[in-house]
Amino acid sequence: MKAASFAYAKPRALAEALELLARPGAKVLAGGQSLIPSLNMRLSAPELLVDITGLEELRGIRLDKDTVRIGALATHAEVGRSEVVKKHLPLLAEAVPHIAHPAIRNRGTIGGSLALADPAAEYPACALALDATLVATGRKGERRIKASDFFTGLFETALKEGELLTAIEFKAQKKDDKSAFLELARRHGDYAIIGLAAFASNGTRRLAYFGAADRAVLAPNAAKAKDLESAKAALEKDLQPPADLYHASQTKLHLAKVLLERAWTRL
Amino acid sequence: MDETLDTTLNVNGTQVTRRIAARMNLVDFLRDELDLTGSHVGCEHGVCGACTVRVDGEIVRGCLMLAVQANGCKVETIEGLSDSGELKKLQKAFHDKNALQCGFCTPGMLLAAQDLLKHNPKPDREQIRAHLSGNYCRCTGYQAIVDAIEEVVHGKG
Repeated sequence: MKAASFAYAKPRALAEALELLARPGAKVLAGGQSLIPSLNMRLSAPELLVDITGLEELRGIRLDKDTVRIGALATHAEVGRSEVVKKHLPLLAEAVPHIAHPAIRNRGTIGGSLALADPAAEYPACALALDATLVATGRKGERRIKASDFFTGLFETALKEGELLTAIEFKAQKKDDKSAFLELARRHGDYAIIGLAAFASNGTRRLAYFGAADRAVLAPNAAKAKDLESAKAALEKDLQPPADLYHASQTKLHLAKVLLERAWTRL
Repeated sequence: MDETLDTTLNVNGTQVTRRIAARMNLVDFLRDELDLTGSHVGCEHGVCGACTVRVDGEIVRGCLMLAVQANGCKVETIEGLSDSGELKKLQKAFHDKNALQCGFCTPGMLLAAQDLLKHNPKPDREQIRAHLSGNYCRCTGYQAIVDAIEEVVHGKG
């Protein structure tokens, strides 16, 4: 199918973009790898697309002291090949090859993925596991939102009308920190059946699952468990995965335990 | 802020300017405006890979990019890459190994395969399969396609 018609604007400055986004029926276009399919299938029919890919201040990946700041427009391919990410955010580097396919990774952006908040997407779980901070900019200024407050439901986030996700800040993983990223999919690059982004620092674990609820979720009870067996048992308190077309809830829960077992020795 | 925009891009080395609807996908632009019908339209939502083209040197889905977003970009299609000889070895290997039947997926397969070889000249079968995971073939299956790419990797193509 073909998209319904819309107007298009490509602002060169953030203030101009925010002005345009305040118009009724306006929608942000970044990499477009989720938006354009939904336009083609006419699941979405905005009046105006505001293409933000001309906003240079939303680009770049840099290390400031112990914080890695990733501009919202960094593509998955850019995140994957970034030396800063490989060195300071190995969890994220491990996640990137699981995101869709090479041609899609060349266009899709980290900001787009987080702002869309697909429950089966990789980045939201990474942001939760690494306790990232999301930077939202609106006409009244900038707001910093913890990842644990950002994902509020199925494709729902704490972003307000007219606000734009401009950057994501991660604490750099330290030398002794451990992390593991695991995902089960029927075919490489497909949406996850279930996945786990796991992080451990100073004996404290953060286990973030995706494809396991209406959004990426932490498994706090399993994270606190003393050994693997009690962690697997505790997962039953943390997760009640909804069934999908191919997998019953019990199957997903079983697979969540399988991933936990695979990650456990790496944490 | 219009629904039609003047768009200038370089396609296979030729500068083209057209006034086009914002909603037009890049692959429809190439096919319908420029008659470059080698890039195919399959699923139109980024799943099948038949519309794969190169924008500024990187492969993208032609159905998941608006033509207006390619304003100022360098676009290369199967036609340009065939003429330049860049895909010669892969094309010969696909032919030798019977890696196509109807040919609908082939342009996308060739672009994805060339992209793999550009980033990783010595991939193993597993890496070839992973890189092509976003390209569907409905006739031959994938064995012969992977064989053909392997042939080029081993210098036999």
